[in-house]
Amino acid sequence: MAKNAQPAAVGKKGSLWKQVYQQRGLYLLLLPGLIYLIVFKYFPMFGVIIAFQNFSPFLGFFKSPWVGFEQFRLFFAGNDFLVLMRNTLGISILNLLFYFPAPIILALFLNEIKCSWYKRFAQTLVYIPHFISFVIVASLSYTLFNVNDGIIHEILQAITGKSIDILSKPKYFWGLIVGQSIWKECGYGTIVFLAALSGVDVQLYEAAKVDGAGRWRLMWHVTLPAIKSTIVIMLIMRVGSILNTGYDQIFLMRNSINVSRAEVIDTYVYMRGVSGGQYSYSTAVGLFKSIVGMIMVISADRLAKKMGESGLY
Amino acid sequence: MAATNSKNKIKRSVGDQIVQVLIYIFVGAFAVSTVLPFLYVVAGSFATERELTQRAFFVIPHEFSLNAYRYIVNDGAIFRGLKNSLFVTIVGTLVNMAFTTTFAYPLSRRYLKGRNFFMNMVIITMLFSGGMIPGYLLISNLGMLDSFSALILPGAISVFNMVIVKNFFQEIPAELEEAAKIDGCSDIGIFFKIILPLSKPVLASISLFYAVGHWNDYFSAMLYIRDPNKEVVQIALRRIVLLAGGANPDGSPIDFGDLGAPPEKAVKMAATVVSTVPILIVYPFVQKYFTQGVMVGAVKG
Repeated sequence: MAKNAQPAAVGKKGSLWKQVYQQRGLYLLLLPGLIYLIVFKYFPMFGVIIAFQNFSPFLGFFKSPWVGFEQFRLFFAGNDFLVLMRNTLGISILNLLFYFPAPIILALFLNEIKCSWYKRFAQTLVYIPHFISFVIVASLSYTLFNVNDGIIHEILQAITGKSIDILSKPKYFWGLIVGQSIWKECGYGTIVFLAALSGVDVQLYEAAKVDGAGRWRLMWHVTLPAIKSTIVIMLIMRVGSILNTGYDQIFLMRNSINVSRAEVIDTYVYMRGVSGGQYSYSTAVGLFKSIVGMIMVISADRLAKKMGESGLY
Repeated sequence: MAATNSKNKIKRSVGDQIVQVLIYIFVGAFAVSTVLPFLYVVAGSFATERELTQRAFFVIPHEFSLNAYRYIVNDGAIFRGLKNSLFVTIVGTLVNMAFTTTFAYPLSRRYLKGRNFFMNMVIITMLFSGGMIPGYLLISNLGMLDSFSALILPGAISVFNMVIVKNFFQEIPAELEEAAKIDGCSDIGIFFKIILPLSKPVLASISLFYAVGHWNDYFSAMLYIRDPNKEVVQIALRRIVLLAGGANPDGSPIDFGDLGAPPEKAVKMAATVVSTVPILIVYPFVQKYFTQGVMVGAVKG
């Protein structure tokens, strides 16, 4: 706030109110966005009070009976909690291990490609799936993996000698989800890393080459440090959304056979709340998710700052 | 000394070249794997049902047929979906851009009184959200269920996009603004006459991000829209894809309702093609913009 230096043209000294009045045009522009934030972001935040009630739409926010932490107790003591945590964390951790590094590796590889038309061609293709909806991704997966005539199913059958039902066997569900994510977003995810790589001084590479560094040492000592801070920022965001598995994808791939591995917090909140009408209980589950997410982002950000990175905000 | 050096260099470059070739092959294979499924779907949509059952994979059908497209034209559901989605995408993106740019501009002015307070308000929404159910109850209490506004207003500002735009506005030289102020131009005038025209590239990329988000949105429509006349394209597509199997993925029979006999495999592919074509048509024109947009965001996250 101390650096609130004004440009010379508007730098007339005056009381706070005078300055605010001078900036009335800016406040007017700010107004629609502020109203939006208050109505669609802050109202729902206060709406979480129904997690401590036994909310009934007929009684409303003010007349529904208070039950304290009863909804949370039901959730933590119930059988669903462990299953949900296992599935949500299972998918998130697999995403962190495989989906997160995939665009970094692809970006490093693209960076090695010197033939410019080939690089441009590959980039054009790998960005496409990002623009495709999960409805289509799910439908493509069904076409390719189904046990009747899916081509990938047939290839796998030829290799392993047995029929592998990836679409409905619960044990394949997590892998299917992570694989879909990599296929869909890996290419697009390279853009941010390639942007960071384009800023690397070519002289650094030349100097390292003169010193006798090979391809891998160049990658390790020059390229990776150049994108380190980008990686850290992306990692913080990833860790912060550890309990967010995304609605569309899992909704579209889950069915009554693989549900034992496919039910995650997000789908559970929808099924219990919107379909089942248990508003207070599902709000409590959602609140648990929001709080864990907040703690994760803040701690990841602190940790990154301790390690000397710039962090998220 | 020089001799051993050059020997090492040759040795390394042979191994290096193999690695280089492997990298080219890997990247090429991944790139091709992203489009092969689409080529099959496009080919399959023009193929006969018999060929689709007999051949597991092809990119050129032996027998050419337009039956699938005839079916979806007669059925009409996918076109109603396209029309609704087109409306939501166009109006939604305009609303997004209006809210995002007007909010980003004041926040990009360092001298704005209370700027930190407003920025903190934004950051809090990044850290914590009320979750799905309070949001759903809000929409329902506002009487927005079964209205396109439920697909447009709740996401009017994406904080991520807003920050990209704000950062871009900050980079515009302050001299332009000062000169306009000396000429008696108001803040609002500067915003419309100077800032917006200078920001076309970033506005193009952000519009693209928003538009793709609207077009591909499945979950909000599932949450808020029940009226079949307001079905968006992704919901229509999902319904057609499920019906085409003759059964739910879990094997339970489907209630076909007034649609009658189950459509064919080719129909499901034709529906996929029709709902993807709008995006693939604009893709080549906007490719440079989305790359720019992500890069602007990457400069300072």
